[in-house]
Amino acid sequence: MFPRAVMEGSSSENTRSEKIEKMKKVQEKSAKKKRSKEEQEEEEQKDVEVFIFNNKVSEEEEEDGDLSDSEDSVFSGLEDSGSDSDEDDEEKEEDNDEGLKEEQKQAQQVDEEEEEEEEEEEGVTEEKEDEYKHDSSDEEDIRNTVGNIPMEWYKDFPHIGYDLDGKKIYKPIRNKDELDDFLDKMENPDYWRTVQDKQTGSDVVLSDEQVQLVKRLQMGQFGDVNFNEYQPQVEFFSQDVMLHPVTNRPADKRSFIPSLLEKEKVSKLVHAIKMGWIKPRRDDQDTRGRYYDLWASEDTSILAKHKMHLPAPKIRLPGHHESYNPPPEYMFTDEERALWEQQDPADRKFPFVPRSFSSLRHVPAFPRFIHERFERCLDLYLCPRQRKMRVNVNPEDLIPKLPKPKDLQPFPTTQSLVYRGHTGLVRSISVSPSGQWLASGSDDGSVRFWEVCSSRCMKTIQVGGPVKSVAWNPNPSVCLLAVALDSAVLILSPALADRQVVSSSERLLSSQQETELMEGASIVTWSDAEGEELNQGIRLKIQHPKAVQQVTWHAKGDYLASVMPDHSSHLQVLIHQVSRRRSQNPFRKNKGLVQSVSFHPVRPYFFVATQRSVRIYNLVKQEMTKKLQANSKWISSMAVHPAGDHVICGSYDCRLSWFDLDLSTKPYKMLRHHKKAVRGVAYHRLYPLFASASDDGSVIVCHGTVYNDLLQNPLIVPVKVLRGHVITHDLGVLDVTFHPTQPWVFSSGADATIRLFT
Amino acid sequence: MGGLQKKKFERGSATNYITRNKARKKLSLSLPDFRRLCILKGIYPHEPKHKKKVNKGSTAARTFYLLKDIRFLLHEPIVGKFRDYKVFVRKLKRAYGKTEWSAVERLRENKPTYKLDHIIKERYPSFIDALRDIDDALCMCFLFSTFARTGKCHVQTIQLCRRLTVEWMNYVIASRSLKKVFISIKGIYYQAEVMGQLITWLVPYQFSHDHPTDVDYRVMATFTEMYTTLQGFVNFRLYHSLNLIYPPKVMFMYIIQFGGVLTLCLYAVQKLSALSSSLARVVSSAEEEEAELDQFPEDIEKMEAREKEQQQQEVQKKIFVGLKFFLNRESPRESLAFVIRCFGGEVSWDKSVCIGSTYDVKDETITHQIVDRPSIEKQYINRYYIQPQWVYDCVNAKILLPVEDYFLGVTLPPHLSPFVEEKDGDYVPPEKLKIMACSEEKNLVRKQEEEEEEEDDEDDEEEDNEDEEEEAEEKNLKRWNNKDPRERYEVKVTPGKVKVENPERLEQEEKAEEKRLAIMMMKKKEKYLYDKIMFGKKRKVREVCNKLAAKRKAHDDAEKSKKKKARK
Repeated sequence: MFPRAVMEGSSSENTRSEKIEKMKKVQEKSAKKKRSKEEQEEEEQKDVEVFIFNNKVSEEEEEDGDLSDSEDSVFSGLEDSGSDSDEDDEEKEEDNDEGLKEEQKQAQQVDEEEEEEEEEEEGVTEEKEDEYKHDSSDEEDIRNTVGNIPMEWYKDFPHIGYDLDGKKIYKPIRNKDELDDFLDKMENPDYWRTVQDKQTGSDVVLSDEQVQLVKRLQMGQFGDVNFNEYQPQVEFFSQDVMLHPVTNRPADKRSFIPSLLEKEKVSKLVHAIKMGWIKPRRDDQDTRGRYYDLWASEDTSILAKHKMHLPAPKIRLPGHHESYNPPPEYMFTDEERALWEQQDPADRKFPFVPRSFSSLRHVPAFPRFIHERFERCLDLYLCPRQRKMRVNVNPEDLIPKLPKPKDLQPFPTTQSLVYRGHTGLVRSISVSPSGQWLASGSDDGSVRFWEVCSSRCMKTIQVGGPVKSVAWNPNPSVCLLAVALDSAVLILSPALADRQVVSSSERLLSSQQETELMEGASIVTWSDAEGEELNQGIRLKIQHPKAVQQVTWHAKGDYLASVMPDHSSHLQVLIHQVSRRRSQNPFRKNKGLVQSVSFHPVRPYFFVATQRSVRIYNLVKQEMTKKLQANSKWISSMAVHPAGDHVICGSYDCRLSWFDLDLSTKPYKMLRHHKKAVRGVAYHRLYPLFASASDDGSVIVCHGTVYNDLLQNPLIVPVKVLRGHVITHDLGVLDVTFHPTQPWVFSSGADATIRLFT
Repeated sequence: MGGLQKKKFERGSATNYITRNKARKKLSLSLPDFRRLCILKGIYPHEPKHKKKVNKGSTAARTFYLLKDIRFLLHEPIVGKFRDYKVFVRKLKRAYGKTEWSAVERLRENKPTYKLDHIIKERYPSFIDALRDIDDALCMCFLFSTFARTGKCHVQTIQLCRRLTVEWMNYVIASRSLKKVFISIKGIYYQAEVMGQLITWLVPYQFSHDHPTDVDYRVMATFTEMYTTLQGFVNFRLYHSLNLIYPPKVMFMYIIQFGGVLTLCLYAVQKLSALSSSLARVVSSAEEEEAELDQFPEDIEKMEAREKEQQQQEVQKKIFVGLKFFLNRESPRESLAFVIRCFGGEVSWDKSVCIGSTYDVKDETITHQIVDRPSIEKQYINRYYIQPQWVYDCVNAKILLPVEDYFLGVTLPPHLSPFVEEKDGDYVPPEKLKIMACSEEKNLVRKQEEEEEEEDDEDDEEEDNEDEEEEAEEKNLKRWNNKDPRERYEVKVTPGKVKVENPERLEQEEKAEEKRLAIMMMKKKEKYLYDKIMFGKKRKVREVCNKLAAKRKAHDDAEKSKKKKARK
């Protein structure tokens, strides 16, 4: 509030000073005519002047304050000493306060004096009237001889000056209190025109003319009623060149000869300029707005310096939310708005609430505009910048570029046949080398023979126990099937071929019936089937000491390997020769639980898959040649590539590992295609295909080209996911095998069906 | 034994950084001067990787600068100027104190000043660098140009900002480089493409600012000082690139004459742009000889896309050509005039509102009158009365939108941000779809016209190919008879149903499967990353897009029910 009060004071002061000036003019012009009035006027003027003086003091102080303030604002461009200037301000304010107080005091005094005067009112007026009667005297009637001085100098004295005789004029006795004053104010009709004479300390009642004069002066008019402000003026000095000079005085000599004084001054300045003490005035405006082609020459040296510079990130561009008329879905609901209001400003998603206006003219100014710009400024010079390598990966780029499955045809794509008939889960299937017949062994204790093309069950043989594994003799000139159940391996002759083939197989079985006593003979007993079994087609029965899990044929069709997994014994794998009815245990040591075995298709190698590794034995040299680390917990199945250089292993931990025997003992590729345990894997004999069957009910067919070039790694591309089997008891597809000639795949599942995908 | 003892924090990252206070002492500057210097030189703090190491074991929060940066500042000539200024202020104060007015005057005359030219050159070694960073400079200049004389900053600064912004706007008009406009609740965003750089700036609405107290105007003033210098040099270069004289003389005059009232400045724009094309060219340039792009054989698709874009830009540049606008007094004149002129339209307003109007309301050739009030009394038949949003929407859509939605008193369609580019899966507001369809239609029409001229017919071959494919598919669909022969005693034929195959869908399915199979072959690490990205995407769709769609649907339903009620 304070500064405003001061401002008002100053303005009123201004008007007053103007008045005074005018009054002076009036005095000059009508000095002699209006003596009598002038006296009073002067009295009043003095009175006024006292006030003015006080005001002036304070005003000057104020101006000082203003000045310094403005100076500060000039400096503030550079100087940060804001606190100092503030203190100064405060001090000045205090000063001003004091000034005000003084003023008030004086005002009070004046009031008091007035009161005193009024007591003597009557006497004084009489006196005055007397005086005004004779108008002739030139002298001013001044009883007080102190002169034109601030009367406040006498405020502490009992007198207010001296009369002509040099005696003290005492201040009127003051015995009027406020009540009297009030009463006077109420009762005296002339109260408003009573003025105190400072010099005499007496009250003066203004006459009507005097009041009129004051009024005129207040309105800014001339004091003299008769004075014509607009009287015509004679212009002596105009722009027009007159014929005659105004004065007749001849020109001075000094106007013709150069001034020595000026010369001295000029030479001093010139010297100062020469010595550089005085600098010519600069044009501020010019330096600021002068631009030129700054980038006329782009030198590379500077460019090299700025390699590390991080340009400031740009402000994010506005979205639909910020529109003055956004789509309705971008407006906040009540909940969102409440949430926005609750949130800390730092956590808010938008720094503003979306608003919608029906037309452009309704849009108000954004209240935080300057704030936001300022925050941006702060960001620019206060925020540490850092180059953040954000992973901005296009997910499509992550997907490996593989040849299109279409280009890798043929491969099985659709389920075309379902072989139904089994009642238990079908553990194992095998296709005859001709590709016409399919044998399956099931937990319901039967082995079934199906015609592949018609899905017709040709034969069912009840073997009396859950069949673990079936394997068709790969030799096309014989027609034999090995079946593993419990602790026995049965050799069946299904008689599903030419008579010649059947007879040759019969011959193979019966030709050499020598029962030599080998070392394996004590472990395994070979016996011919008789009676009912013979009728069914069972020809041979090889009795093992333990439960047999898997049987597999050598490519030639004479040798047969059987697996009896056992932790503790070295008797886990047996190799039988059917033609000579001989059995032998190739291993002397237990190297782990054997899961699956396989013969090399061309060379005399033997693959043994234990729980975590695959060992390859050279049967001729009778030594281990290689040990493949499968990197999986528990191998379930194994298949050897028809060329013999690659092996795939399925494992119960959902993986399929592809080994390149020439490359490394570690898997070349781990495929995690399945969601559940892989139960069976198979290679196609002719096509570059392999398949894996899993408990998740799917068979995944992959394309796996193997190149003769040793430098080129095999190309593995999944081409088809085949589904069809129903998952029963958490078991899906148990076995998978390819058709020997066609790109067809068979799968057997826990839902007692066998399916053909072509 | 063993040489000198190694001391901690004497090598490595601790020596590369310096705290703010130490830097200040090293430069022997006060904090505000240090700040100023940092602002002018563009030095920013750095966050060390190991804060504790750099902080010599303490974890107190400190700001660190690179020691290299501070050494760089040591050689700055402006630091000396700062010190000079300090001395100057001290002397001036003293002179005031002693009331030596002549000394004051002398000092004032020799007030130390400095130039920022070398700093600009140093910070932006090439012109393109400067253009890239001009966004902030423009925003700041436009803000300062709207300030009144409130003592928040020097009047000269405000005037300079006004001059520079007007010059910039004039350049944009002359070069026809404006691309997008967006009316937001904050102000109006403009985006222009200048020399391949996208430059976006924000202009506040024309209201007096409610100056906040918690903003340090000195910081802003320092920035503005730097930005005005930068902007001036950029303007100079840009004007010369168009063969225009810089500084434009007319504008100067007007700014000085009218004290830089923006509305008046705009007159300067009008006048100037009229002049600039005819008078101010230094060299009579070969008119608009656009270098035609050579065709590179490598990427035909890209080339086509580029060509298409170019065509669109050409069309956009001329959307308002031939149209004559009249702005009613309540519409935002500055912005509209700027935008319309940028796209080749003619514009005028009432004479009494602002000088610079070129034709009157009564002009019969006016095609559009922009009105921002619910109704207008006297209407001419041969012109459209539209709301201002139409202009902005047309610019963003790059076509002339139908006028019907923007008539007086009509509820306006939502104003969409042109800066949002939706990717697949993002939510697209239905209005945008509508606009896109509209523009596509127009494109089609245009293309057809072109094609009619060229007369090509190579369509038939494709159709033949498609037929062959279908036949092959049918062959593939031969099925094995999978019934058991024993069950097939009764032979009967049930009429088969014709399977309608959708080739498109089949193709899609095939592609999806291919992708699925390829995903199976991903490496573990990549798969993890891929899954994460896809999860993020799905979450975004779930949280943002679906929510928006649901909201929209709810809104539309509410609207419909309201309408129904109203009918009853």
